[in-house]
Order: sequence, then C-alpha cells, then structure tokens
Amino acid sequence: MTETRATREEQVLERIDRARRRKARVREEHITMAHGAGGKATQTLIEAVFLDAFRNPLLEPLEDGAVFGAGGARLAFTTDSYVVSPLFFPGGDIGDLAVNGTVNDLAVCGARPLYLSAAFVLEEGFPVDDLRRISASMARAAAAAEVSIVTGDTKVVQRGKADGCYVTTAGVGLLERDAPGVAHARPGDAVLVSGPVGEHGVTIMLARGELDIEADLVSDTAPLNGLVAALLAAEGEAVRCLRDATRGGVATILNEIARASGVAVVVEEDAVPVRPAVRGACELLGIDPLYVACEGRMVVVVDGEAAESALAALRGHPLGEGAAIVGRVRDDPPGLVLLKTGFGGTRIIDVLVGDPLPRIC
Amino acid sequence: MRFVDEYRDADKARALSAKIASLCEPGRAYKFMEVCGGHTHTIYKHGLEDYLPETITLVHGPGCPVCVIPMGRVDDAIHIAEQPDVIMTSFGDMMRVPGGRGSFFDATAGGADIRMVYSPLDALKIARREPDRRVVFMAIGFETTAPSTAVTVLRAAAEGVRNFSVFCNHVTIIPAIKAILDSPDLRLDGFIGPGHVSTIIGCRPYEFIARGYGKPLVVAGFEPLDILQSVYLLMLQLAEGRSEVENQYARVVPWAGNVKALRAVNEVMELRPYFEWRGLGFISHSALRMREAYAAYDAERLFDIPGDRVADPKACQCGEVLKGVLKPWECKVFGTACTPETPIGTCMVSSEGACAAYYNFGRFSRQRVREATR
Repeated sequence: MTETRATREEQVLERIDRARRRKARVREEHITMAHGAGGKATQTLIEAVFLDAFRNPLLEPLEDGAVFGAGGARLAFTTDSYVVSPLFFPGGDIGDLAVNGTVNDLAVCGARPLYLSAAFVLEEGFPVDDLRRISASMARAAAAAEVSIVTGDTKVVQRGKADGCYVTTAGVGLLERDAPGVAHARPGDAVLVSGPVGEHGVTIMLARGELDIEADLVSDTAPLNGLVAALLAAEGEAVRCLRDATRGGVATILNEIARASGVAVVVEEDAVPVRPAVRGACELLGIDPLYVACEGRMVVVVDGEAAESALAALRGHPLGEGAAIVGRVRDDPPGLVLLKTGFGGTRIIDVLVGDPLPRIC
Repeated sequence: MRFVDEYRDADKARALSAKIASLCEPGRAYKFMEVCGGHTHTIYKHGLEDYLPETITLVHGPGCPVCVIPMGRVDDAIHIAEQPDVIMTSFGDMMRVPGGRGSFFDATAGGADIRMVYSPLDALKIARREPDRRVVFMAIGFETTAPSTAVTVLRAAAEGVRNFSVFCNHVTIIPAIKAILDSPDLRLDGFIGPGHVSTIIGCRPYEFIARGYGKPLVVAGFEPLDILQSVYLLMLQLAEGRSEVENQYARVVPWAGNVKALRAVNEVMELRPYFEWRGLGFISHSALRMREAYAAYDAERLFDIPGDRVADPKACQCGEVLKGVLKPWECKVFGTACTPETPIGTCMVSSEGACAAYYNFGRFSRQRVREATR
C-alpha cells in the first residue's frame, strides 16, 4: 500500500510542478503589498506585466542588471528604488542603502561600478536637514565604493502623497570579465555566503518599533564591489554565480540559481552564519533568517574544487570575514533548494509567497 | 541559542527514533493526529518525519487558528473595515485568508484601513492614539489567544477607552476534537495534544479522550524533540496497553491550566450556541462571543454585519484535510488551483496550515529528498 501511495504522491507532485511552470498571470485587480515583497507575487507581476510589455533579449534574463556592448566597451546597467521606513536606522539610512544597492547590483554582474544617478521624490514638509543627512551619507557611500553621482532629479509631492523621501538610483559599470549569471551553477559546485545573513531585515523590523524588542544589531548595508573584485581576482573562471541577497534573502537567490541553472541546491542549516540576535528575533517572530533581507551580503557559487580557496579569498576581505560554505549543488531534483535541518531532517526551501508574516501562536 | 538548541539535538533525536522503531509491532500501521497547527509547522520545518518509521503516519489536525475561520466571517470583518472611520486590526496570518469577496490584503488595496498587530494590546494602543477612529480587533484563535483578547477588553473598560471593540471569533478546541473522534471516516491511534492551548486549559479536559474513546493523548511542546518524545510516549502507551493523558510539556503546561486566564475569558466571553468552522461545518458550543455586559466592546453588536454564510468553494477539501481524512496532497486542487499565492482554502494560507506547510517545506517525495541530501 505504501508503494502505491508513494507513487500517487509522486504523480501529484509532478502535476504541481507542471502547474508551476505555466505562464505567470496576475489575478489580483489591485497591487497588494505582496507584489513588492520580492517573493512569488513580485516575480509574477514582473513577468506578467513588465516583461510582457518590454520584452527584449537584454531584459529577459531578469538579472540584477543588463549587460551589453557599446562603442567597443562592455557595460552593465541597473536601477533600484528605495522606500525604506524608517529613513534612518542603526547602521545606515536610505542614502547609503540607495548607493550600495545599485553598486552591488553592478558588482555582482562582474562590473566595476562607475557612475550613478540619484532621483528624489520628496513629500511637502520634509525637513531639509534630513535631506542633507541623507545626501551626506550618499556622498560617503559613493566615495567608499569609488563611484560618482553624476546626474539626478528632484520632485516634490503634496503632503500625504509620499512617505517623506523616496530615492531612486541607477548606475553604469564597466564589465571587466564575463558576467557570472545565475544560470551557470553545475552539479559539484559549492555554495558560499559572504557573511552572517538577515541583519538588515531584522534591524529594520526592530527599528520600526512595533515589536518592543531590543537587540544590539546594525544593518549590514555595504558596497560589495571591493569584495567581488577580490574574489574574481583570486578565483576568476571558477566563480559560476554571484548574487547579492536583498529582498527575499538568501533563500530567494538560491531558488533563482536552482531554477535558472536546472540544478538542486542542498544547504546545511547549521553551516549558515546567523548572528544570535538575528536568530533570536527570527525565532520570536516565527520567520526564517534565510528569507530576511541583507544589503551587504552575497551568495557565491564556485567550482567545488575552488571552495576552500574562494572561502579564503572572501575571508581575506573585511566585508567577507564571516563568509562560510553553506551547501553544494547537485543534479537532482532540478530547480529545488533543499535544506538539511540542524535537527537532522530535510525539507525544501521554496520561494516566499509574500511578506514573511509573523505567526500568531 | 539556549532553551532552543537543547530541543533540536540530532543525537537525541536519533536515540529517540531508535526507541520508537523498536516499539513498532511488525505489520501494524500507526496513525497519530497532531491537533495543533504549530506542531504541523514544526514537523515540516525540521523535517521530523525523517526520524519516523514508514509505518507511523502523522495526521494533521484542526488546530490552525486561521484555517477554521469560515469565509462568511472574513466577509463580515471586511464589511466592518469598510465602515467610515474604522481601523481593522488583526494578526498577520489573517491578512491573506480568502473570504467570499477577497482577503484583507485585497480590502486594503481597495482602500480599507486594515493593520497587522502582534497583540490585541497593540490594537488598544492604536485606539488610544487615534481617538477619532473606531478601532476593531479581529480576534481569532483557540484558548491560547482568547485570554489576551479578554484582558485587552478588561483594560479598555478600566481605562474607559470607548473607540475599541472586538470582532470575536475565538474557538475552543475540545468540541473540534470530539467532532473528529465521532467522525466515521477516521481511525486514529492517539493524539499529540496541543501545547499552547493546554497552558490555558490544562490537561484535564482531555481525559474523556483517553477514558471514553480509549485513545492516548500526550500534550506536547513545540520543539522537534518535544514532538518526537511525544510520539515515543504514545507508542509506549500502546505497547503497554495503556490509554492515558500524559504531559510531555510539563515545563510550561500546568496540569490544572491557568486559572487566572480562564477567569478573564469567562468574565468577558461566553460560549456561543453554535459556530461554523471552515470545512467542519456547524459545531455546537465550539466558540466564544462577548458577554452582554461588554456589549460596548462587541463589534458584532456595534456594527450591522451581514452575517451571510458563504459556502466553501466546491473544489476545496479543507474539511477533509482539517479532519485528517486527506493528506494535503490528496486534495483535488492542492498545488494546482490552490497554492500559497492564490489559496482557495484556508489550510493553504497560514504557515500552520497543513497544506501550506506541506507545500512550502515538504512538497517533494521524501525518498528523493533523502537521496539528494545524502
């Protein structure tokens, strides 16, 4: 009986897999918060609305940035909007977040970030002093990442029509080697993260003050171009994929890699670096640190043979001191991320549906 | 992390797993129901089934607070949220639960002011901060959450806060378990009893299960070793021919429960003659409503709610899943029409819902997962 039951289960699972491969369709009539959370709903929206409208070969891979040739040079180009609340939080503010985010998107394309634009949407009544603070922090972040902010735009909307200040940055970078994409992972590769995960997301949740939890935590926001350069200099062709883990956390990136490369990623829960304060807060809130946003961490897939030397290269850089090998790439089951739990069991790590909602009991 | 890692020790798990296996009678299959959705979540999150022999099946029970909320009640809550000056508040799990006219998230996108809170006291805080608005708390959950709702109402009354009310949907666990025991389609060998509910009601209310129905019940904690040990205790009872209520979660659950909390609930709320459960239908004396004395805090009295009963979608088999008759993947629409992003049934919404837990954490043949992670 177990035999037929198992077979039946397998059939159902295959049917589901087929359903999941179907063309994305937005069923909602209105945008909900889930569409912005970086999980499945965001993916569906992008594929069904934007990709449908803008379709072209550069956009189609849906990478963090587009890579193209122009006048003999190979360039990477990306953009990102920032709507974080609160605007100022331990370890950073919307300003350095906006610079680092775009720098990181370029860096993980394998590009050297050069120039950034900055556009501001300001709410009537927003304190000029706050804007000065944000701009100063952007200037510092740009200097640290060795990029210049060379163009910009300012708009003001009526009170109540925006939440203080939104920032949009775009950036171009010079591609110095072939971009490592999410589709290049192969069985036998090793999976690394560049440092403890989830610090930015938990810092923001706590900074909102709705939880009455206090912890000694700061955002991990940082420019990753130096770390990427160090890694690529040391490992070169052995680096298969690079992705900075932002919204949706490390779990979301691993799913993108597994899907795009047609491989399985097996992660050891105990190997994933998580600071105790992050683990404690996540435990209390019933969320998984693997899904929590980072702003200065990346996922790296390298040739299995190069795992230890890549780890050493990451750890040799100040932003990679906490790097760790967290898993490996297998051929089966393709497209899936599996976790060996600390308890010794196994489960899958799926793409998140929407915001990680806290459980109630 | 202290007080957590001790309960997730793989060596201890292996030892317990061996002891459980040694108690299995050859040729006999065992079915235990974990009543509480929190247990379902733990089982999938930690991959606990990897430690159980093939002959032991864990059946997921009805103890997921949002899973049992009927669609009509969601519509009623949205109707309240759409009234002028209303701020509706509820736990995060509620936001995606589909009603006949969509979920809270859809209502928010349509202009209603619905906010996620972590405790009813947070809702009361909003009421104090915004005295010109009418703040309603959509109260859901079993005996676990009912005391905090009751205490919040008592505090609102003591402070004279007049713009706060509760839309009460609290349910009680015992009638649901009884409904399952009386249901002809299910044969169970024992129960893993709900830990959090028992911190309030204690262990005594389960005695009829052991005595009257001859099924052992072990009240269990929420860490994976707690559950594994409870399975072991159930197996031991069966092997020794006993049928008792045991308390594995004694570090938190007092045998007599929490008298103070029960008193607060009893002060503010009373049993409803009957209440509709999603998938299970009407169950008598299975839910709580606000007492007349607290009418000023009762959203059901303050607002003119439609109270329409909305039939569950035909394809949805949440009822069978909640009763443990069907495994999540055996439902006709599981994973195809009904997914966490577009749930048809409530079991697909909360991370404690059996279908969502299976879809998110377990949706793969255990055999292949084991091979892949070897």
